[in-house]
Amino acid sequence: MADQDLYKYEGTENQWCPGCPNFGLVAALRNAAAELKLKPEQICLVSGIGQAAKLPQYFNANYFNGLHGRAIPAALAIQAVNPMLKTIVTTGDGDCYGEGGNHFIHAIRRNPDITLIIHNNQIYGLTKGQASPTTDIGDRTRLQFDGVELTPLHPMLIALTHGCGFIARGFTGNLKQLKSLMAEAIAFKGLSFLEVIQPCISWGTHSVEWYKERIYELPGDYDFTDRETAFKKCLEWEDRIPTGVYYKSDSSATVFGDHFRSKVWDKPLTELGEPDVSVIRQILEYYH
Amino acid sequence: MLDINIVITGAAGQGVQTVGEILAKVVHRAGYYVFSWQEYESRIRGGSNSYRIRISNKKRNAPQFMADLLLPLDPKSKTKYISLRKPDAILIDEAEQGKGIIQIPFNDIATGEFGDRIFANTVALGALAAVVGLDLKLLRQVLEEMFEKKTEEIIHKNLQAAGKGYQLAETQCRNLCRWNLKTQKQKGYLITGNDTAALGAAAGGCRFIAAYPMTPSTGIITYLTKHNKELKIFSEQAEDEIAAINMAIGASYAGVRAMTATSGGGFALMNEGISLAGMMEIPVVILLSQRPGPATGLPTRTEQGDLLFAVRAGHGDFPKIVLAPSNPEQAFHMMTRAFDLAERYQTPVIFMSDQFLTSSAFSVEDLDMEQIQFHEYKADPAKIQNYKRYRLTKDGISPRLYPGQSRHLVCCDSDEHDEAGRITEDLENTRIQMVQKRLNKNQSMRKEMKKPESYKTKDAETVLISWGSSRQAVFEAIDKLRIQNRKVGGYHFTEIWPLPVFTFPAGKQYIIVESNATAQLGFLLQGEYGIKPVSQILRYDGYPLDTDYILKEMKNG
Repeated sequence: MADQDLYKYEGTENQWCPGCPNFGLVAALRNAAAELKLKPEQICLVSGIGQAAKLPQYFNANYFNGLHGRAIPAALAIQAVNPMLKTIVTTGDGDCYGEGGNHFIHAIRRNPDITLIIHNNQIYGLTKGQASPTTDIGDRTRLQFDGVELTPLHPMLIALTHGCGFIARGFTGNLKQLKSLMAEAIAFKGLSFLEVIQPCISWGTHSVEWYKERIYELPGDYDFTDRETAFKKCLEWEDRIPTGVYYKSDSSATVFGDHFRSKVWDKPLTELGEPDVSVIRQILEYYH
Repeated sequence: MLDINIVITGAAGQGVQTVGEILAKVVHRAGYYVFSWQEYESRIRGGSNSYRIRISNKKRNAPQFMADLLLPLDPKSKTKYISLRKPDAILIDEAEQGKGIIQIPFNDIATGEFGDRIFANTVALGALAAVVGLDLKLLRQVLEEMFEKKTEEIIHKNLQAAGKGYQLAETQCRNLCRWNLKTQKQKGYLITGNDTAALGAAAGGCRFIAAYPMTPSTGIITYLTKHNKELKIFSEQAEDEIAAINMAIGASYAGVRAMTATSGGGFALMNEGISLAGMMEIPVVILLSQRPGPATGLPTRTEQGDLLFAVRAGHGDFPKIVLAPSNPEQAFHMMTRAFDLAERYQTPVIFMSDQFLTSSAFSVEDLDMEQIQFHEYKADPAKIQNYKRYRLTKDGISPRLYPGQSRHLVCCDSDEHDEAGRITEDLENTRIQMVQKRLNKNQSMRKEMKKPESYKTKDAETVLISWGSSRQAVFEAIDKLRIQNRKVGGYHFTEIWPLPVFTFPAGKQYIIVESNATAQLGFLLQGEYGIKPVSQILRYDGYPLDTDYILKEMKNG
């Protein structure tokens, strides 16, 4: 696979635990980029903070490794300035659903043409094992000693009920499918939300086996255009966990920045150049 | 010497601001210097607010409290503001008759003659224009412009209502009204600090603004959004201030000049973002329009209470620039400078305004556009072999490219990073080098900062030290003290961080004048220059500093 080597960056010592499913996840992303024939300079990875958010360190592309929870606002602004870039958020469940939950909700409302790849391991890894917004009720953690009391968040349901046009779930135990889901998500016009189940082998409340027992691929005849069916799939968790594209719209929805691009400027904003002082002069006339 | 102070009062939602703005515009068109400011309660309806207009033949852009002419649009605000009448003031009143009072039953006339109370304010406006001796034609002209989008009937009735008020006041004016604002050559523009700051951003090349609404900063994004087609600025109302600054930083990383605007509480939320811009070395301009804190404080009032917070904003050590313009004219040029400095030094620039400067309108001769010089500071990708975003340089400024511009990858990290932008734990070398690289920018930045403006300091024994929007009030106080033969002068700071290279002359007494409770600039000056002010004039009641207040405090002090 010479292709995926193009996206490898090995100048930084990898800080993930040996055997972490993130190694597979980043490999899948490299393969997806290769499949889409993207040049590294066309890709902009945006991440927050956490083990998942370190992915850009090991990937040869532009990146913006920002603040904890704040990858999404940075990413959608990057995309608004330069729609030619493939802007991909790659970050964890604690970062995106916890610290950055508000931005996640509003990103769905805005529908920017970016891809969210959220590594969901249901735990805070880098801070050594506290509950994340998706940890299951009753799971004991290194902080929730008597078990989690809070109801877990359903990010996929939130996305679905607020009109997200692409909702999918992958699993690091099925990299072939994961690569395809990534490629499809990146190619989708509008906000594409791909949650990846990525068991944490150090702090996770479930073993890799626990996930493997439950996870199944959505069958070929599954109708991903039907929101009601997707709604039911989003609710499946305890006994069986589906992977694949849960929901995909025809991607005709208005994308963040469309209005500006149709009314004001339809190229990257970087091409606007110097400010036009004569316009300011004109506006000033009003104050005479 | 012409110096008229008009105070128009009323409940929120009653049109105090509209009446004030129209009158200010008419006076401005008549060729006089106008200075207006407003103070209002944090509510949409009710309460008591005021709009103040100061008219003169020379620039007197400082607030005055006592009124030469008072117009209460409702009885409640009359009770609140009646004490502002100077001994020889004229009161335009709906009901009261008597010495120094011009009685105009504007509500009765509006309903009786024009069939709707909504014309009451225009009747009152007509009366105001007559009392100060403005040309009715000029008032009608401005009214026509302001009501351009209304129906012909409405416009017609407004013109008539203005005429009616004008005529009623004129007949009562004999032997009472002492002003005659004959139309003369018009002087430049009448514009607020909000609008000049917004236009300054456009002139500075701003292409992206994200903000969350918060009084008194909301006007910036509103203005730029309203004019986004002409100015070509992408604007977005963020879900919170944290998103706003992270959007601005993202946009700047992607290659365009970007800003956000907020006030105290929102600025607090932006602090981590400011630190991020410092670490990632991404230019961003943050407009901080101050209002009194702590917490929600007085949302619609003014204060200079966030200076130390701005100077220390963001965790960790990194360079930043803090600017605080004196008036709308300076706000324009200082905002273009804010963008220039942010780009040149790849660092956050905090532009400090306040409710007073934001909402006050000044007569400005011209916003000298010739002064504006646009520099592109980004590097040329064609001239770079191996790109490193954070290449170590002598002055700490590394070549800046943006993603997608060329084959070079632009990697920025909020973690400590190496020259390539990749995360590092190399404490022995890289960490030390990177901290020093960032802080090295301080050297050239400090030399760049303008010294305080000196006002009559040469022979001064006592020198008032001030900053930001209080300049006009302080300088006017100095003028008045000079008339009393007191040797007083002033140093006024507008470029505050890093503090400029400057030496305070020895042998003078220094007095700190600030609109906050703890003399925040004084604290900085003591640390940087070692000066010890003999006293402080501080105001923190939510009103702007004015000349009388300063003079009173000088007397007491």
